[in-house]
Amino acid sequence: MKKQCVVIDRSDNVATALVPLPAGAEVEADLNGGILRVAVRDDIPFCHKFALYPIKKGQSVIKYGQEIGTALEDIERGGYVHIHNVASARAKSPDGGAE
Amino acid sequence: MNENRTLELTGWRRPDGRFGIRNHILVIPTSVCSAHTASRIAELTGSIYLPNQHGCCQIGEDLAMTERVLAGFGTNPNVFAALVISLGCETVSLARVAEMIRASGKRCESFSIQDAGGEEKAIERGVAAVNGFKSAAALCKREKMDISDITLALECGGSDTTSGLCANPAIGMVSDRLVALGGAAILSETTEFIGAEHILASRGRTPEVSDKLFGIVRRCEEVVKATGCDLRGTQPTPGNIAGGLTTIEEKSLGCIHKAGSSPVEDVLPYGAAPTGRGLYIMDSPGQDIESITGMVAGGAQVVIFTTGRGTPTGCPIAPVIKLTGNPDTARSMGEHIDVSAGPVVEGTASIADISELLWEELIAVVCGKMTRAEILGHREFGIYRTGPTF
Repeated sequence: MKKQCVVIDRSDNVATALVPLPAGAEVEADLNGGILRVAVRDDIPFCHKFALYPIKKGQSVIKYGQEIGTALEDIERGGYVHIHNVASARAKSPDGGAE
Repeated sequence: MNENRTLELTGWRRPDGRFGIRNHILVIPTSVCSAHTASRIAELTGSIYLPNQHGCCQIGEDLAMTERVLAGFGTNPNVFAALVISLGCETVSLARVAEMIRASGKRCESFSIQDAGGEEKAIERGVAAVNGFKSAAALCKREKMDISDITLALECGGSDTTSGLCANPAIGMVSDRLVALGGAAILSETTEFIGAEHILASRGRTPEVSDKLFGIVRRCEEVVKATGCDLRGTQPTPGNIAGGLTTIEEKSLGCIHKAGSSPVEDVLPYGAAPTGRGLYIMDSPGQDIESITGMVAGGAQVVIFTTGRGTPTGCPIAPVIKLTGNPDTARSMGEHIDVSAGPVVEGTASIADISELLWEELIAVVCGKMTRAEILGHREFGIYRTGPTF
């Protein structure tokens, strides 16, 4: 079966859509060994991300096995993950970082 | 798994103990003024020359770096012997470059065009020297080597969404596998660490290594700011955000993921060789040709290069393996592509599947399989400059 999303690292809590996914779509995420079934809650454009697990406000968003930012609000499993609910930790960097 | 294949690897053992996976004879012009003569010698002998555009009226670290790169190409284990040729009055020292190459125990001839009595005589003398190397090179046999003898250069260029999504993670797995087996890998392109340098720095073997990483990124940004520009600006760009990238960390992680998740052993100046095995970071620009040139000067025998859009880049002495994550590029620029990670985006393969294919390709290329860039004759070469020409 054609995969509809990709999970780069087993510790990631987000997946990247390989096709545009309409809200309500049931997708299977290949976790390199296990399969996780997720129903996406929003429309997810091609190459955009959705949550594999519930992510609490203030928790790290993990992709590539690394923190790519912090959740600004509670994100439900299958929810769209992008600039509206994730902040760069780098922006708060004491050395000035990205203002 | 192919671990057993590593036992069958063969290469050319050099006097300094390193192994070459190619057996080139290299003609090195110390400056642009001897480049034409070098090209004529290479043409007449079927050898390779470096199209050096620099070498005169340079000072300080900028001069030292040019000499280090020229000597680094001469000492690279893919080179059997080198002929170094100067005009005779340039800033780059013929004696220093030749001495650095001879220090590796390698055969190296050197002379200036002015001492040889002009271009015609220099060509005659150069052809004789290279022909002398050729018979010796032909007698040099491949010996058993180990995968741990490989130093792999990691590069990306002409990137698109698929680069960070599948091609770079696939290289990262190959890099981690090589490092786990005792080999070395070099990640360069300091500009692409910006915003994710803290992540890379957290993998530093010692606090000093982490400090060096922060240092090269800070210096890179200061140099840019001195020109009145700000690289960091508002990253990711609106185009990146529309493409699905949320934060600068995510964008830079897509680039640095070529180096997998291994610890960082040390930070190297441009063109310098790793002092051990494991993953090294080289301070280089993001420009592909200059980046690859620096890593090969540092002793990398092979390069893996991911491209989204498709680029033809090769190297004079090291095979460059091209991987694209974009299935359309794999078709439209297919003549430049060695391995396609397109099946990941098409949903028919995993990143791990592609990394396995890429590993097999790496082993094949180490064993002598020609890359597309080698077949097409791509020998791009460019030395990074950090100072003006006076």
